[in-house]
Amino acid sequence: MKNILLAHGSGGRLTGELIRKAFVPAFENPGLNELSDSALLPNLPEGQVAFSTDGFVVEPTVFPGGNLGEISVCGTVNDLAVAGARPLWLSWALILEEGLPMEKLQIYVDGAKAAAAQAGVQIVCGDTKVVPRGKGDEAFVVTAGIGVVPPERKLSDKNIEVGDALIVSGTVGDHGATILACRHDISGLELKSDCGPVNRLTEALFDADVDVRVMHDPTRGGVATTCNEAADRSGHRLVIDAADVPVSTATRAVCELLGMDPLYLACEGRVLAWVPADQVDQALAAWHALPEGEGAVRLGTIHERTQGTVPVSLRTAFGGEQPVDVLSGMDLPRIC
Amino acid sequence: MCLSIPMKLVEKEDLAGVAEVDGVRREVSLMLLPKPPQLGDWVLVHAGYAISHVDEEQAKETLDLLHQAAKAGALDWGSEK
Amino acid sequence: MSDSMDFSALRRGLEDPAAGGAMLKRIEELAATIERPVTLMEVCGTHTHSIAAAGLRRLMPSNVRLVSGPGCPVCVTPIGWVDRAMALAAREDVIVTTFGDMMRVPASHGTLEESRAEGADVRICYSTRDALQIARDNPEKKVVFLAVGFETTAPTIAAALEEAERENLPNFLVLAGHKTIPEALEALMDNNDVKLDGLLCPGHVSVIIGSDAYAPVATAGLPCSVVGFAPNDVLAGVAELLAQLANDKPAVSNLYGRVVQPDGNPAARALLDKFFVQTDSDWRGLGIIPRSGLELKVEFAHRNAALLEVDLPVAREPKGCRCGEVLQGTIDPPECPLFGNGCDPEHAVGACMVSSEGTCAAWHRHERLALSSPKS
Repeated sequence: MKNILLAHGSGGRLTGELIRKAFVPAFENPGLNELSDSALLPNLPEGQVAFSTDGFVVEPTVFPGGNLGEISVCGTVNDLAVAGARPLWLSWALILEEGLPMEKLQIYVDGAKAAAAQAGVQIVCGDTKVVPRGKGDEAFVVTAGIGVVPPERKLSDKNIEVGDALIVSGTVGDHGATILACRHDISGLELKSDCGPVNRLTEALFDADVDVRVMHDPTRGGVATTCNEAADRSGHRLVIDAADVPVSTATRAVCELLGMDPLYLACEGRVLAWVPADQVDQALAAWHALPEGEGAVRLGTIHERTQGTVPVSLRTAFGGEQPVDVLSGMDLPRIC
Repeated sequence: MCLSIPMKLVEKEDLAGVAEVDGVRREVSLMLLPKPPQLGDWVLVHAGYAISHVDEEQAKETLDLLHQAAKAGALDWGSEK
Repeated sequence: MSDSMDFSALRRGLEDPAAGGAMLKRIEELAATIERPVTLMEVCGTHTHSIAAAGLRRLMPSNVRLVSGPGCPVCVTPIGWVDRAMALAAREDVIVTTFGDMMRVPASHGTLEESRAEGADVRICYSTRDALQIARDNPEKKVVFLAVGFETTAPTIAAALEEAERENLPNFLVLAGHKTIPEALEALMDNNDVKLDGLLCPGHVSVIIGSDAYAPVATAGLPCSVVGFAPNDVLAGVAELLAQLANDKPAVSNLYGRVVQPDGNPAARALLDKFFVQTDSDWRGLGIIPRSGLELKVEFAHRNAALLEVDLPVAREPKGCRCGEVLQGTIDPPECPLFGNGCDPEHAVGACMVSSEGTCAAWHRHERLALSSPKS
């Protein structure tokens, strides 16, 4: 069979075949192999349980540096990881459009498998539904994940103190720029989504004994939006130095072509971490030791929020300071 | 208005071309250029069309003036032409 | 020679604060010799944006004021035109194609973004060539391109029309809303409320119309400087205008010679002339300006989406909105009672707030700090 049929989502023979032939061999683990109504899992290690869910709609579903399957695993793993959790188990629910080529489904499965392996998580349950052609955009995925935050970790925006530093694990906006480029027929060998699990990065900070205040992953709305939310909740003000914002050459070029600002484009494999200023070096050293953290830099500094100031601002090369807002509406490519 | 950026012409067939900047490529139409471009030419691209050649002589002159300005700290860049 | 030009070095230079500092020093010296207050206007949304983004306004000497003119094509598009675009989108047999800029412009009732949510087929294109492809792929639909923009963009619409004619693609139409800059400048100069001392001419419009197009403006006594869009481009332009003022020698000076020729791009203009004629045109907030718009020639009526039948609402301008004065540079955005007070980028009332290059949006995004904290 070359394409997905409505019957693949009916719960009948074809559904079973799909599960047995495509999913189980890829995700093989004790929780999944039973194929019962629920995955029965071992007792959780000590700590606070973290639980997160996310829906994934991305067009195109396959892009340089990743695919829908990979991003659906990374998204939930990363939400757990930046909360300080060690991600353990994921669910993986697919909504497929009738007619989806089997090879594409295989790409998603392989992507999810690779990301799960890299993150060290198990996909223990799942579901498949099929909607009639034209009612879906190739495929949507919903994942949920469970992880555990070890008892000694207490992360909160409220922990952020004046004088703290913000660090970022790599260049910003690469995922958003890559997706936009695909949609507008822009190509480039260097153009690649940063899509990837970040739990090695988050763990590396704890292993290096960094007193992490809080972490976030700058997905939708980009670094600008994420920083605003954190700054608002912390009650302090973040000042980013424009010259310190790491942007890859290719992403910058796409942004210039389409009139976008990399600070507002999504990252799918980056971490923002607020840390004490005197621990920046050890935090960055821990990240630089990992391939996914080799581009890590200090991005900004926390200041007192006085009346009349905005939560996040950017200091430009010309000495000006301007507000950095949350993303307004959908960020649309423009010509003027 | 009018976002436009300089890109280098890397492929060309008739009035269609591919332009590149910083390793990023896009198809562009060459039908608005006043004179036929050569491969390797830098062109100004707006909304998928090359709308002008970039005069490299002039670009260099500007660059030199900027270097001088950065060094000397004073400049008569504006009123020369 | 092709291999020797290093454009990334040029870009770094154009953004280099050290070079900028030198130019600022020069600006201060010149401003001191002029003494009286000086108002310089740019008429290009990209200039508005780069001035705001680099924080240049704040760096000007106290007697030099930078104001924005009607340089954002989305902002000057009249509400009735946007109403028509939405009405076209509501037709079952129409796919509306547009640059992203138009999606959130408020019409009398809603925006194109909302039309799409209600089921209209509205697609964002980076280029008119994408719209042509949509027309080829959907022969049973009329594909209407929303043709807004100044002289930079208009030729790309003409080029698409040329291709559609050549390949006999019957279902590609345009809703012409183009405006032309020199006529708007004339109107501004005739307006006694607007007192200008110099003009930063729009770099990419000039690529098409040429720096010679500003000769009448300079002859009438207004210093002109054609400049690019990096911070140091703009600073050099300001220095040039001040130098002209100090010497009392208004002229057109082209500081953007790397892409702007004195006679512009004649090929692009020829293509424009093939499809369009100049017509009196309504600028949102400014009113009718003679010969300042482009409309499709009668022989291309089959490409004219304005001739398709639609139900139009009565155009309704938002109350209290002072976009018109903002567009003429007679007030700064914060002087409008709606600015940041019911009108912000998320809930734009006037068009100047909606386009990211609109004056109000640029101020809202970049210059609120300077408004709320004392100048340091």
